[in-house]
Amino acid sequence: MPKDTGIGASTRRREDVRFLKGKGEYTDDISARDLAHAVFARSTMAHGRIVSIDTSAAEAMPGVLAVFTGEDFVEVGGNPAGWLINSRDGTPMKEPKRPVLAHGKVRHVGDAYAAVIAETKQQAMDAVEAIEAEIEELPAIIDVKAALSGDTFVHDEIETNQCFDWGWIEDNRAATDAAIKGAAHVTTLELVNNRLVPNAMEPRSSIGAYKESGDEYTLHTTSQNPHLTRLLISAFVMGIPENKLTVIAPDVGGGFGSKIYHYGEEALVLAAAKRTGRTVKWTADRTEAFLTDAHGRDHVTKIELATDADGKFLAFRTETYANVGAYLSNFATATPTFLHGTLMAGNYTVPNVYVNVKAVFTNTAPVDAYRGAGRPEATYSLERVIDKCARELGMDPIELRRKNFVKPDMYPYASAAGLEYDSGNYDALMDQMLKVCDRDGFEARRKDSEARGMLRGFGVNAYIEACGIAPSNLVGQLGSRVGLYDAATVRVNATGNLSVMVGAHSHGQGHETVFPQVVGEMLGIDPQSIDIVHGDTSKIPFGMGTYGSRSLAVCGSAVVRATEKIINKAKKIAAHMMEASDSDIEFKDGQFTVAGTDKSVSFGEVALKAYIPHNFPLEDIEPGLEETAFYDPANFTYPSGAYCCEVEVDPETGKVRVDRFAAVDDFGNVMNPMIVTGQVHGGLGQGIGQALLEGCKYDEDGQLLSASYMDYTMPRADDLPFFTVDHSQGTACTHNPLGVKGCGEAGAIGSPPTIVNAVIDALQSGGKNVTHIDMPLTPHAVWTAMTNA
Amino acid sequence: MNLSDQKRIGADRETVFNALLDPEVLKACVPGCEEMTGSPDEGFEATVTQKVGPVKATFRGVVQLSDINAPESMTITGEGKGGAAGFAKGGAKVRLEADGAATILHYEVDAKVGGKLAQLGSRVIDGFAKKTADQFFTNFQDTVGRPEPVADPAADVTTEGAPDAGEKKKGWLRRLVG
Repeated sequence: MPKDTGIGASTRRREDVRFLKGKGEYTDDISARDLAHAVFARSTMAHGRIVSIDTSAAEAMPGVLAVFTGEDFVEVGGNPAGWLINSRDGTPMKEPKRPVLAHGKVRHVGDAYAAVIAETKQQAMDAVEAIEAEIEELPAIIDVKAALSGDTFVHDEIETNQCFDWGWIEDNRAATDAAIKGAAHVTTLELVNNRLVPNAMEPRSSIGAYKESGDEYTLHTTSQNPHLTRLLISAFVMGIPENKLTVIAPDVGGGFGSKIYHYGEEALVLAAAKRTGRTVKWTADRTEAFLTDAHGRDHVTKIELATDADGKFLAFRTETYANVGAYLSNFATATPTFLHGTLMAGNYTVPNVYVNVKAVFTNTAPVDAYRGAGRPEATYSLERVIDKCARELGMDPIELRRKNFVKPDMYPYASAAGLEYDSGNYDALMDQMLKVCDRDGFEARRKDSEARGMLRGFGVNAYIEACGIAPSNLVGQLGSRVGLYDAATVRVNATGNLSVMVGAHSHGQGHETVFPQVVGEMLGIDPQSIDIVHGDTSKIPFGMGTYGSRSLAVCGSAVVRATEKIINKAKKIAAHMMEASDSDIEFKDGQFTVAGTDKSVSFGEVALKAYIPHNFPLEDIEPGLEETAFYDPANFTYPSGAYCCEVEVDPETGKVRVDRFAAVDDFGNVMNPMIVTGQVHGGLGQGIGQALLEGCKYDEDGQLLSASYMDYTMPRADDLPFFTVDHSQGTACTHNPLGVKGCGEAGAIGSPPTIVNAVIDALQSGGKNVTHIDMPLTPHAVWTAMTNA
Repeated sequence: MNLSDQKRIGADRETVFNALLDPEVLKACVPGCEEMTGSPDEGFEATVTQKVGPVKATFRGVVQLSDINAPESMTITGEGKGGAAGFAKGGAKVRLEADGAATILHYEVDAKVGGKLAQLGSRVIDGFAKKTADQFFTNFQDTVGRPEPVADPAADVTTEGAPDAGEKKKGWLRRLVG
């Protein structure tokens, strides 16, 4: 019988009640009696020198309270990169300042160079139009390869467009080169991992308030990690002391990475609140979201796979140009390096891996982590070149992968790309995938398709990712400027209900449901009596936030540790209540019992006693029942999976239809199977969107052509098949207390190569010698490839 | 984007050339033009209201004439700022070829848009540019002179020979260009 509560139960998401009723409270829903509005003047050209900005006419407009330009922020700091990368020659990466408002130059279409604060949004919009900016247009740097040879620089002060030229692992380079040179077979593939716009349903929004009496600031903002935002504003940008700044991220309508980062608009509304003495709100319109949310992916890669004559992998070597856009977003330097290069051994026992990544500044929006963040790029390169290799060697793509899988008895396994995988069973995942996808029925389905004039293809993929980001020790060695632990406080109130303050932020992940399942199970109490508090730096101890599929593995572990501390203290109180020794107290199903007796007290009675400490032995037990834990993991977690799909391609039009999709994932132990399934569905939707539909396009002048839903195609329900999702083959993570690995990004990581492999298989089955098509596989792209084959 | 085409104008080259230099003619011909002032030497200042796809904006900008080689050719370049809608800029190389009493006007247009116009209008911008250019030269024909009917190209018809509309148009042209 499946459980209906506690760990492993598909408890319905309690937060959905308010979301489905339209009762969620998002940043833009929040108002104030003294509310004023900010609107930004944004560059319409990709690259230009600011000659002059005349704000006098705008300042004289009705309702205008203040006008800001880059000059107002010359004295404050820049928005920093959170990860230091050193180039192969040992020199540190180039870190040009990212100002609150553009100063000196505008560097991408949408770059804000001024802001108007006015009584109404309409007045602010009108005043923005009255700002006279003379901006001398400069040639736009758009192509990542051309950017490295020209003499026009996005940031003149660094005299190059290259942020870094990184080698991973540099000491493995010679051995990798030698292995490729001596190999019986080398497969080479050049590919583009297409640039994506995150498209959270809720656009970014920020509200700044300032209280003169205590010199205190409050920022409501659309953030996945309010403490990190506070830290960046306090320590780097504005210098507001952390204890004078509260950051609150209320309900947030999707992030996918784009709301990890601190953006200049957040600093602006705080500065504006102080100058005007008003509460100042800014909410992005959809065009601003397209132009200024940190974009995702955008890698140009050449990958080589060397094998022996039997298909045993000898080496992977890649050269990647990673577009970081016009400014370094907070994790822009980590995403193409340590979240990408370290995964380039995949699920395989390949002995040699060498990854070269050149990060390049261009006159485009900043690019940073987007659902999967580096791992989709790694998986796509690996699983595409492996598929091409199988075709060249005349081997079954599944057999080729199996031949090279890390086997279950090899853990812990040190990969050639520098990670230590703790657990997994890739063959078991593949077996289960073949079972649930009805591989045996494929040939009949292919015949049926062909009878209708369609081409059917089968595509497969195996992935591994590093989640639960991550151990501070390790990331510190790798250049991270922050620790990546998380924190939780469990507060047991006198009447027995609980508030659990967590550092992870929930914006679709279901924390409000899952964390109480865990705590309720541990304490033997009804999860409904447990509430989660998140997203408010004044209410929770600390937190590094939600990204990298880390909430349960890292913050959930902190919750477990804090709950264990609660149990330990409660045992002492119970021992005192029952006049027994601490060591004789047993705790089960919410009851404290003196071992071998029928004496017991309930958790609720202990909670009450903790706050009414009559006769407490105060030298041994403090009153109250509240505990905090910080948890820093020993390693990343390593979710893995085997995915397959069947597509039908119309040879007349190139239109691809995904007919079947099976995702078999190893997420370790699963706390709420329904939520995990939902996370996989969402990830698959985004991955299939990337593979077939989504493409962010700049023209050669740096104009964003795909800046609305007329031109940027989001996946819709009828673009997606019925998904078969299976997580029965979990192998527990060995180093966190729940044995969990993280499931938020897997679908977006595993699905793009699965789709492309299937389309290539379909075209090959129709006699079209097409070996690669760059995503998105629009009808036009597929038709063109077929026609040119 | 680039486009090139040609239009037959029912007037001689000098007339056509001078008309292209005249702000009043240009104002009458540029679709959506509300104001056009200036001179060929100093350049023109123009205000134009246009709707591109979902974006409607009033552009204020300057038009410069260069490479003037009367009455054969010239280059017209312009740039307009449409506030929140973004900007449009471009140029047209115009060459006039005498064809009997009429003139064939060849043009090559190179246009760029930026900001919201590019973001929201890129899908429709090519069609828009073509339509706008067509509209301009159609207006120009109406103002300067209708060509003889295409159906009867051999007929020796001049602008004076079209007594109904031709007289009236020529009269208007005379008023404009003196």
